[in-house]
Amino acid sequence: MKKAYLGIDVGSISTKGIIMDENNKILASEYLWTEGNPMEAVKKLLKALESQFKKRTYKIVAVGTTGSARKLIGAMVGASVVKNEITAHAIGTTSLYPDVRTILEIGGQDSKIILVEDGVVVDYAMNTLCAAGTGSFLSSQAKRLGVEVEDFGKIALTSKKPTNIAARCTVFAESDLVHKAQIGHKKEDIIAGLCKAVVTNYLNNVGKGKKILPPIVFQGGVSKNIGVTKAFEEATGCDVIVDPNSHLMGALGVAILAKKSKIEKEFSFDVTEMEFTTKGIECQKCANHCEIICIYKNKKLIDAWGNRCENGAITIKEQKEC
Amino acid sequence: MNEKIKVACPRFGNYHIALEFLFTKGLGVEYVTPPPSTKKTLEIGSKYSPDFVCSPFKFNLGNYIEAIEAGANTLIQTGGVCRLGYYGELHEQILKDLGYNVNFVNMSKASYNNPLSFYNEFKKVNPNMNIKKVSTVLIATLKMVECIDEIDDFVRQNVGFEVKDGSMEKIQEEFLEELRSAETKKDIEKITKKCKKRLKDVKLKKPKKIMRVGIVGEYYTIMEPFSNHYIEKELAKKGIVIYRWMNVSNSVLHHNGKEQKKEIKNYVKYYMGATSMATVYKTLEWAKAGFDGIVHVKSFGCTPEIDAMPVLQKISNDYKIPILYFSFDSQTSETGIQTRLEAFYDMIMMRKEKK
Repeated sequence: MKKAYLGIDVGSISTKGIIMDENNKILASEYLWTEGNPMEAVKKLLKALESQFKKRTYKIVAVGTTGSARKLIGAMVGASVVKNEITAHAIGTTSLYPDVRTILEIGGQDSKIILVEDGVVVDYAMNTLCAAGTGSFLSSQAKRLGVEVEDFGKIALTSKKPTNIAARCTVFAESDLVHKAQIGHKKEDIIAGLCKAVVTNYLNNVGKGKKILPPIVFQGGVSKNIGVTKAFEEATGCDVIVDPNSHLMGALGVAILAKKSKIEKEFSFDVTEMEFTTKGIECQKCANHCEIICIYKNKKLIDAWGNRCENGAITIKEQKEC
Repeated sequence: MNEKIKVACPRFGNYHIALEFLFTKGLGVEYVTPPPSTKKTLEIGSKYSPDFVCSPFKFNLGNYIEAIEAGANTLIQTGGVCRLGYYGELHEQILKDLGYNVNFVNMSKASYNNPLSFYNEFKKVNPNMNIKKVSTVLIATLKMVECIDEIDDFVRQNVGFEVKDGSMEKIQEEFLEELRSAETKKDIEKITKKCKKRLKDVKLKKPKKIMRVGIVGEYYTIMEPFSNHYIEKELAKKGIVIYRWMNVSNSVLHHNGKEQKKEIKNYVKYYMGATSMATVYKTLEWAKAGFDGIVHVKSFGCTPEIDAMPVLQKISNDYKIPILYFSFDSQTSETGIQTRLEAFYDMIMMRKEKK
């Protein structure tokens, strides 16, 4: 039996997973919507991965989780490594592009910039306050224009004169968009303008004060939008690389980290059959009222977190059985 | 006023111990320490504050109301060199509008150029105070502030390496409790000496490559751990030596404004206000010293610190030192902070391994 590693990236909008061999080669991959239910999404993801995966040749010896639901899913699948998405993305991308200097990442709810030197992250930033310039901004505008967000890029490329959209704030962008449409701007120009606005917003907020050097790799869900990629190329004056697997970089990165950790726990696809539930408790031991989340596997408590101090710690009397 | 005077100041780091000492021993009035700041404090404060005001204002107001509920009838606002200097009037008005009948003493009405004006403000707290007594106690209070800061510095730089988790915190807590029984400057020195010895005896396990991170930023947020989501402790516990210059001893008692201006003259030409000069000054010093990273903290909307950020970005580029920026608000998400802190730690760790 050969060793394999599973990486799961559960984001706000989409859930991504890959299985790779010992040489970081991707054996199976899947991409689906989270739809506000990360545990269900992961179960679906695992079922899809299982069907693509040669169980006779490989066995999964370690799992890594990343993305905003990393902790929850980590507890659910018994992960060896639970890592933040910034580190996971950097590791994934540098494994494929060792010379990369700048990683631009735009996801559903957050966007980040990662600067790399000699394969090591030297600086990063993440959007802090507003979602203007992220995937959810684009998809909500697509809905308003009656266009599938998947077609956004193609339509944008047909524009000869992108409309200027005041996109500093998503709410105002929407009113400006309506205004521009009402006074007769063409739909493709507005769409191209939106792609440009995402890039401008990104560079002004997330990329503020950072030196963007080539090679540049662009990833995250929005990288699938060719209109945004083109706008990035125009704004930076450099070629922008988009990997065919650009949406899987976080999952790949965390699988590599799971391999590197050398913590091996055999993973079984049985978790898709188990029942996982969570319960939120508000700790009453002081005025902080921490929200503590308890995770149950088949009605048995397996993990809990959210307490700021020892008073709220919930101890698991019975040992975890994984 | 026949009622007994019960004074309270907003909470701020561990300085309530020194304030209690000053008011009870020096001015001969009772001191009510507001309960430690919690989510509830911020909720109360935010409820009655203008939404866009900085979070220190909201914390202060929350502290006042909680102190009043705990029996305080005389509140003190210290004032400051930024917007904080105007907060006293607004706090007083809000409390009055809420129907609290308290005596409000606003120190920002006093002037540093005229020490007598401070005396006049203190007189409002207790008209019968003994000036000779106050001055003796004031000297001891300043010593106490220095001691509190000194112990805090030591803990910050070592707590990440203690073998038994929580040993230092426990000693520090006991030290602060013991200080409350001090009568004289001598007592304070003795208690501090004992604490230092105990802290030095705590078993440490340090790795070969030690990571150093400096914390800079706005006055209140950097010093009140609840308001910065215990960022120092979070980082220290990952096995990092944490440095922080900003405290009351350095910024008030031993302020070195001229030296700061000289040191940063290549980056800053004019005086920038409030804590921003010190922020640039320490960032530059630590960048030159080869620190692994800098963390910049401020409350959302803090203008002097926003002004300092482009300068920090320049230092970051010139010295290739990563700087992580945090802006805290009454609506900050805990998860967002965790993600950024973890990524920051991973980054400086991987950089270190590469070196």
